Amino acid sequence: MSLRDTFRRDQVFAPLRPGTRPVRPGQLDTGGKHILYMEDITVSFDGFKALNDLTLYIKPGELRCIIGPNGAGKSTLMDVITGKTRPDTGSCFFGQTMDLTRMTETEIATAGIGRKFQKPTVFPEHTALENLELAMAGPKGTWQALLQPVTGQQYDWMAQTLETVGLLAQKDQLAGALSHGQKQWLEIAMVLMQKPRLLLVDEPIAGMTRQEVERTAELLQSLAGEHSVMVVEHDMEFIRSIANTVTVLHQGSVLAEGKMQDVQNDPKVIEVYLGETG
Amino acid sequence: MRHSDLTTALTDRTAKTFLGILFGAVLIVALLNLLVPAESGLHVSSYTVSLLGKYLCYALLALALDLVWGYCGILSLGHGAFFALGGYAMGMYLMRQIGDRGVYGHPTLPDFMVFLNWEELPWYWHGFDSFGFAMLMVALVPGVLAFVFGWLAFRSRVTGVYLSIITQALTYALMLAFFRNELGFGGNNGLTDFKDILGFSLREDSTRVALLVASAVALGGAFVLSRWITGTRLGRTVMAVRDAESRARFLGYRTEHYKLWIFTVSAILAGIAGALYVPQVGIINPGEFSPLNSIELVVWVAVGGRATLYGAVIGAILVNYGKTVFTGVMPEAWLFALGGLFVAVTVFLPQGLVGLAKSLLKRKRQPDATDKEADHEPA
Repeated sequence: MSLRDTFRRDQVFAPLRPGTRPVRPGQLDTGGKHILYMEDITVSFDGFKALNDLTLYIKPGELRCIIGPNGAGKSTLMDVITGKTRPDTGSCFFGQTMDLTRMTETEIATAGIGRKFQKPTVFPEHTALENLELAMAGPKGTWQALLQPVTGQQYDWMAQTLETVGLLAQKDQLAGALSHGQKQWLEIAMVLMQKPRLLLVDEPIAGMTRQEVERTAELLQSLAGEHSVMVVEHDMEFIRSIANTVTVLHQGSVLAEGKMQDVQNDPKVIEVYLGETG
Repeated sequence: MRHSDLTTALTDRTAKTFLGILFGAVLIVALLNLLVPAESGLHVSSYTVSLLGKYLCYALLALALDLVWGYCGILSLGHGAFFALGGYAMGMYLMRQIGDRGVYGHPTLPDFMVFLNWEELPWYWHGFDSFGFAMLMVALVPGVLAFVFGWLAFRSRVTGVYLSIITQALTYALMLAFFRNELGFGGNNGLTDFKDILGFSLREDSTRVALLVASAVALGGAFVLSRWITGTRLGRTVMAVRDAESRARFLGYRTEHYKLWIFTVSAILAGIAGALYVPQVGIINPGEFSPLNSIELVVWVAVGGRATLYGAVIGAILVNYGKTVFTGVMPEAWLFALGGLFVAVTVFLPQGLVGLAKSLLKRKRQPDATDKEADHEPA
């Protein structure tokens, strides 16, 4: 019997006991070393194991890249974190107290995990600024939306976020008229308006021009530190340009983890992934 | 970021223009009817006054539909039902006002109930002798029906063409129900033979002008209210639901609540339109529930242009004026003309007349805009 089985987290700490609901919205306890704990996660679809005994930790303020060939489980990993898919076994904690496997998607989003999807889905008939207004964390009821105007403070916050992603000049432009790259950044800004502590970014540079890719790399690096950022991407060159730590997934589990140079030279990695794509 | 309140919605340029034209036209018509003698060529007949009042009620109904269709993307093919229910509530008040002046001279029972040998007033007819209660029902009955119907439909995530079909079924079912004598609303004859409203005779010119002014006030008020709603975060969220509902849901909005809110408000406006319509045309019958009416209503909004509010008003007035003229000249061809109009608008003018005017203005202002845009397009 392993040490972990003897001292199971959910039996040592009272709030983690099954049946209790350790969710305290807005109360992220980052007293520990990591902000995200995924341990022994297994997800299977009709017998196919999309994630197989996966263990992964993310530190606060870290910029982590996840790579892996198609079907390695990258999207399923994101789905488990955001509550879209429930793991068959294993535990997934956000901070010390929040059990993501027992929270709804909305609870997870408001607790501080924001996800930027692969395909940008901004509201095309709204201006960039209005898109941020819609995404802003806060009351979402109909009467509040009717009666509470945007405060000066909220406006400053929106303008500041637009500046972070470099879209302040386009604030009154319809989002549908923005270029593909600008839409991606607007989407990132919308996720930022939900005050995430952990930002999940799914293939951010698909379809971008060279300059847009460079700008995105700078943006993601500037976001790390204040937020923890987890990027899933195929493009090796892009990852090389931004990554501190890289996790390589293969057949649903972690194949290698470490600095980019170390991972690149790992023979197992070369065999399954880097070797194939050159 | 524009978050309009009622004051800005009332005083911005569009609202001023709209209210100016509306009340200006109504004032001129009222004066020409009341002050100019009937022999003069400038006299406006009472028939025209009531006709214009009817157009304004249709315009209010079109505005209500534009709120749900243009702004929220809910294509309701049953909005005529809310209009008719508001009309019936007003009709019940007007029936009670007749008192013992009916053909049978019964002190409380309307003629059709005496004719059917009913002994006493059904329970749901009580209270309608009070104008205040009747006005409350004008808003409440369509509002509650829309709330319950919308709650069931939006909660089950019924959208698109399926929602259109069940709204159509709703109005059709109500039509069949109201045709039945047993329901107690006058069967296929409906409610008619009204005498007076609030003690004023409906045959008097001054009453007709007052009803026209009331319709204009209702339309103007609804316009300002709708402009206010669409200028707030609620309005922008409703539009976001129209464009990308699942995305809005993912941002934490209970989209079904937003749809329900706007649907209910729209139904209440439609009910008010119906209530103002009935005393001006002098009758309400189950034909008002006919699905055809609701579809015609959709054509008005499509012709005028969606999601501008004034577009719906323009469309309603233009199409109905066309209908008045056309049915006078060759009545049997009207439905073909209406169908042709709908096809033409869908194919050639997806943004309606307002959209056409806007794009013409834009082209006039910046003739080479299209070339410039082409240059900026990323490769």
